[in-house]
Parts: sequence; C-alpha cells; structure tokens
Amino acid sequence: MPIPATSVAGDITTHTMSNGMTVLVQPMPWLRTAAFTLSLRGGIEYESSPAAGLASMVCEMVQRGAGHYSSRDLVAVQDNLGMDRNSGVSTATVSFGSAMPTESFSEALKLYSDIVRRPHLPADQFDDARMMMIQELRAIEDEPTQRVMRRVRELQYGSRLGRGNQGTCESLSALTSQDVQDFYQANYHAGGSILTVAGCVDPAAVVEQIEAVFGDWKSNPVPAAPTPDGHPAYEHLEADSSQTHIAFAFPSIQYGHPDYFRMRAGVGILSDGMSSRLFDRVREKRGLCYTVSASCHSLVNAGGIFGYAGTTPARAQETLDVTLGEIKNLPVDLEQSELDRWKVRIESGLIMEQESSASRASSLASDFLQIGRALTTEELSEIIQSLTLDDVKDYWETHPPADYRIVTLGPEKLSV
Amino acid sequence: MPEFKHATLSSGLRIVAETDSRSYSMSLGYFVRAGARNELDPQSGLSHFLEHMMFKGTARRSAEDVNRELDELGGQSNAYTSEEQTVYYATVLPKFQDRIVDLLTDMMSPELDESEFETERKVILEEIAKYEDQPPFGGFERAMEIHFSPRGLGRRVLGTSESIEAMTAARMKDYFRSRYRPENIVLAATGNVDFDSLVAEIEQRTAHWSDRCASESLSPDDLDRLPEGIEMNPRVAIPDAAQAYLIRIAEGPTSGSKQRYAARLLASVLGDEGGSRLFWELIDTGRAEVATCWPQEFSDQGAWFTYLVCAPDDMQSNRRFVDQIIQQIVDDGVKPDELSQAINKTTAGYIMQSERPSNRLFSVGSRFLMHNDYVDLDQSLANIRAVDQAAIAEIAQRYLGTDATEVLATAE
Repeated sequence: MPIPATSVAGDITTHTMSNGMTVLVQPMPWLRTAAFTLSLRGGIEYESSPAAGLASMVCEMVQRGAGHYSSRDLVAVQDNLGMDRNSGVSTATVSFGSAMPTESFSEALKLYSDIVRRPHLPADQFDDARMMMIQELRAIEDEPTQRVMRRVRELQYGSRLGRGNQGTCESLSALTSQDVQDFYQANYHAGGSILTVAGCVDPAAVVEQIEAVFGDWKSNPVPAAPTPDGHPAYEHLEADSSQTHIAFAFPSIQYGHPDYFRMRAGVGILSDGMSSRLFDRVREKRGLCYTVSASCHSLVNAGGIFGYAGTTPARAQETLDVTLGEIKNLPVDLEQSELDRWKVRIESGLIMEQESSASRASSLASDFLQIGRALTTEELSEIIQSLTLDDVKDYWETHPPADYRIVTLGPEKLSV
Repeated sequence: MPEFKHATLSSGLRIVAETDSRSYSMSLGYFVRAGARNELDPQSGLSHFLEHMMFKGTARRSAEDVNRELDELGGQSNAYTSEEQTVYYATVLPKFQDRIVDLLTDMMSPELDESEFETERKVILEEIAKYEDQPPFGGFERAMEIHFSPRGLGRRVLGTSESIEAMTAARMKDYFRSRYRPENIVLAATGNVDFDSLVAEIEQRTAHWSDRCASESLSPDDLDRLPEGIEMNPRVAIPDAAQAYLIRIAEGPTSGSKQRYAARLLASVLGDEGGSRLFWELIDTGRAEVATCWPQEFSDQGAWFTYLVCAPDDMQSNRRFVDQIIQQIVDDGVKPDELSQAINKTTAGYIMQSERPSNRLFSVGSRFLMHNDYVDLDQSLANIRAVDQAAIAEIAQRYLGTDATEVLATAE
C-alpha cells in the first residue's frame, strides 16, 4: 500500500492516495473551465481472449444508471451541469473525461464516483448496449479507412494487444450480463488508476474532494501487460471501391523510452505539417493522393509507427512505393530547417495547450500512464529544444523501418 | 474582456477583430464570398479547386515556400470551401503576427501556375474519389441537389470528376479575378492581436486588389439540362454497403433569422447525440447507428437535416419511429425541463468553445462576411436563454411539419 503523499513539480501537484490512485492537478486560473480525466486499468488487455468487446461493453453499461440516478437522470444532470463528456476504452485503460464551467466541478466529481463505484449495471439494458456495439461494428464495415487501420493494428501488435475495442459480432453475441458484472468487479478499482484535473481550480481543495469521494475505494493488484506478438505480413481486402486504401505499420518504441523524441522528431519531419516530406513529395509534387500520413502510437510496453494513404487503383502501387521509399530515405538528406520547423510546431502546441483545460487534463493522464510521473510543459520543452539533427539522424540510421505490416483494400492487390 | 473592433478600407475590404490580450494565441482568417453557389456549370468545383491553388505560390513565393513558411510559424493553418464562402486561416503565437499577416495576404494574390494546376487537378480527383468511398457515399450531395436543384446552394462543393477534368487554368484565373475583389472579402482576427498595426499593414498591402476584374463572360446555365455527372435519383445504390443511409432536407431558418437560436435548441432536444428524444428511442436501444437532426443556416435560405443510419432491414420501422417522434414534438412542443436542459448544455458549450480564439474566428468572420454583423459571446448566451417553449413550438410547426426531400443510400 502506498503511503499518501503530495508533491509539487512546477505548477503540477501530484498526490498519491493510499489505495493506489494517483491524482495530478494543474491550476489554470485564467480559464473559466475545469476538466478531468479518470483512467482505470479496465482496458482491452484485461479481456479474456474470447471476450473481445467486453471492456467497451462495461464502459457503456456503467453509464446506464449509477448511485441515485437512472440512465436518463445521469444524462440530464450532466447536461444541466454543462459537462462536455467523453469516455472510451484503449488497450490498457478505460477513461472518462469531462470539461465544464468551473462551478460545476465538485458535483461532476461526485457524479463520476457514482458511475465508476456504484453503477447499476442493469441487466434489462444489456441487450440494448450490445445492439449499440453491433451498430458500431456495422459502421466500420462501411469505412474502408477504419477497416484497414484496424486490421494493420492487429498485425502490428498481435491478436491480444492489437485488437480493437469493438469486438466482433460473434464475440459480442456470446457475452452475458454476468460477464459485465465480473469484469466490472475485477477491473474497476483504485489500483493503478489516474485522476488528472486541470483548469480554474485550487489544488489543495481538489485533492481534498477527491480523497473524500475516492479515498475508501477498494484496490486490486494490476496484472502486467501482455507482450506484443505481431508479425510482418501483407493482406489484401478485395473491394469494389473508388480508391485503394493502404495502411502500413512497423515496430518502434513507446512514449517513455529514452530515445522516444529522437524517433518522434523523424516522424514529425515525415508527416507533421504541409512542408512535411510525405505531404510535399507524395501529394504536392506528384499529386498521388489527397490523404497521406504517418504517426507514432504508444502502448505501455510497445510502440509502432502507423501510416495511411488513399489513392485511385491505377496509382496505388506508385503511392505505396514512393511513401515507403521516403520513410526509408529519411536520414539520408535531413536538414536542420526541417527539425527547426518541427520544434516550433511542438512549442506552439505546448503554449496553446494553456487555452484548454480538457486538453491539458488528457495530456497529464497520458504522460503519467506512459512515463509514471507528471511532466511539466517546461520540462518537455527543454527535451524538445535539446534535440539535435544528429540525434534524429543516428536514431533513424540505426533503426531503419523493418518488418512492415501492410493492409490494402481495393479492387486489386499490390506487390510489396 | 474581449473587445470588438472593425474597419472598412477605402477599397471596400472589411477588417474585424475580437481582441483579447490575455490569449496565448491569435487567429487570422480571410473570408471570401466565393462558394459553390457562385459558380456556373462550367465552373463547377472551381471555388474549392482555387482554394487548393492558393497554396501553390505567389509572385514572391514558390509553392514550397508557402507551405514551408506556414510550418515555420508553427501554428495550425488550413482552408475550407463551402456553398457560400472560402476561408483561409491560421492560428499562431502572437509574436508571429507580422509574418502570418504577410504570408496569408501574399497568398491572396496567387500565381495559378499551369503546371501546378495540372498536378493539383489529380489531387482534387483523388479527393472526390475519397468521398465516394465514405458514408453516406454522396447521399448528402444528392439530397442537396434535389432540394435546391443542382445549381446554387445545391451545387457540389468539390464539383464532379467531369467538371474537374474539363477545368482550365485560364477559367480559374478569371473566376479568381471576379470573386476575390475587396468588397467580397473580410479579414477576421481573434485573440491576442494588435489591431491598429493590422489595419495599417492590410491597407498598404491590398490596395491593388481593386484592379481585379473578370474578362470571360459565361452564358447563363441551361436550366433544362442537368450539369454533367449529376443524377437526380433519390435512391443512391451502393452495392457493398452494410448500412442504409436516409437523408432528409426540409426548410430551416437562415443565418440572419432571429429564429436560429430556437432552432438550435429544438435540434438539441430532438436530435442531440446524447440525451435527445431520438437518442433515447433509437441510439440508446441500439436500433440505429445514427439518428439525429440539425439546422444548417445559409445567408438567405435555411435547411433542416434529418439523418438516419441503420441496418437496411430496420429502415422502415426506424423511419416510422422517427416520424412519430417528430410528430409528437410538432403536436405538443417541448417540456420545460427539456428546454432548460438544452439551454444549460448549449450555453456551457458556447462558453467552453470560446476559450480558444481559433474557435471564435469562424463565427466572427462568417457573420461579418454575410451579414455585416457581430454577436459577442454574452449576447449569444442571452439569445439562447431567451428562447421559450412558445418559440420552440413555432419553429417545430413551421419547419418540421413541412414536406422534405428524401434520399436513401443503400445496397438494395
């Protein structure tokens, strides 16, 4: 059991509760709003192999009535408090976030303690929730971009860590109301949880409120994350579409790895902005596509670089070849000005994040999940500024892209 | 507190700003009255194609320079085209004001180079193909074409593959000269902006914009013939679609109408994505993937959209549900607690949105371009709070009870 402790770094207060919940608070007194993100260890990786979709189902079910509130009451109370809310499941966590006028904050906090601690999980709404998830699956069927990205993610991380949060029609049909109860009991607890708050709030008062509503919550041990087990592959999904949709991925490192920003800067040079290499050389110079991009993605214990391009079938092979060629050649002709532009972009983003409590609360949560502590804007800024062109070049020369996973959807297969 | 400032230059170009020295950023945008509704058949898709070409170089800058300098300023910059306007915008740190003003203003005098035009034509054709693969597979465009006719507000913003294939750089240059005149343009700025220096700078840099005038005179469209690539069938066949997509358009309030606030609240009660009547009956129960409605305001006309997505087999029964729910609100109006919930939700949303200058830019700029009018946040909030049950009932009866254009996109 951790001993409760509070520390302050820069303007961020970190408070560790005895039940294992970590609270991070960043005051932004110039705003009229407050926001929080609550992340619990109830993500996809805690589902059993056949129970794909269960974590999302539980995330939906806890919001169908809690504490003294029915499902409809909950929505009415949240709307009346002016809460702009979201919830969702990732590989490691289930998260509930909300931004609101600051005067609603205390009430909102109590409401979310009801949702995660005292949900009704009404058995008579289980079939409705399942139907809702089947609708989402049907929606993906009609979205070629989502289809290829979803599949390439499975190939990247393997069937366990790579699977999507929606499950399959078969797995959803097999779930029961008891599965929801069991998953809830096992995975909704304070152990390893993170509650971040940003906005027009007083940190001491917020910590006190959180202790009052979450201090006596139970704590279960958090199992270690499974290891990724993806393999290089090429798959083609035959479809009579206007464009060929190309998704690709290769293994990389996760946020929190000492080399992360050396890798990240390279991806930025490839794909952040209108002067980035993929946009300039694939779209602007050759007119091969409207959308082409690459980005990095992090799990707690693995990372990957993912990309997408959509183009008409006759030009799909050239688009794939040129895109992968640009990624391979990245370290060959890197220029200082490219790195400088990327730095200005990140710096500007960090400064403008001060305008949004929701964006800050969510960054605090993802930083903590990945690196295990709060990262101040100043610290991050120093890391970015100290990167040199040689750092980026060395990283990409010693870690060239390899073991591609590629998925295409369209009338014809490509050669890879 | 934010402060409203405006100036009209001798050329007729208007500058508006909502300044707030406490902001961490500033946003700047050129709002131009050049949209799909301003095009004739041989110009179909030209406003949007031109929007792309504005990034392709000026007398002082190559296409690469434009993209590179936009990135050097580190912010978010982009452009979009709608039925009524084309907007070029950027959000940057205040220290970059002079540079972004110079760059965006220079971009407004494009070279429109022939070889860049040919490359970009391919990108536009890819953009059209991209949307053909996305739900609802052209359904919205088809519904607009049938409702407004394929011209005016019903003209496709992207144009058709046929119209883009046939486009010439000469025609684009002419369109540019006729639309990008000072009287058709508003420069809007929000956030931490130095307004006086902005006005001085723009006055000097844009004086020559008044010289622009068109030379080509196109004959009026032949209204008895459909533009090339356009079909008017209310059934859109999509062989592989898993879902069915129903789109309805009826009349709605204009962006100048006082009724627009009541219409937004009615849409919130009826079709909001969480907690509305359609939500509880169709989404919460898993009957449909989407069941929603919203008003879309144009300067002199308005549209009321209803959108239903579900499995093809459930379309008929779901459509009946939707009709019943709408009829009930037409007959009985909304309840007091529904209205206050919608007001609380909507006003909180406005307040939160307004924290970023980049969000304010679009309402400030578009409003001034179309109506020469400015509504500050507190006034918008007051207008929302002033809506009562009677106002909603009037809107529901006027707009929900009328005949609608209906398009169904499905595999069957």
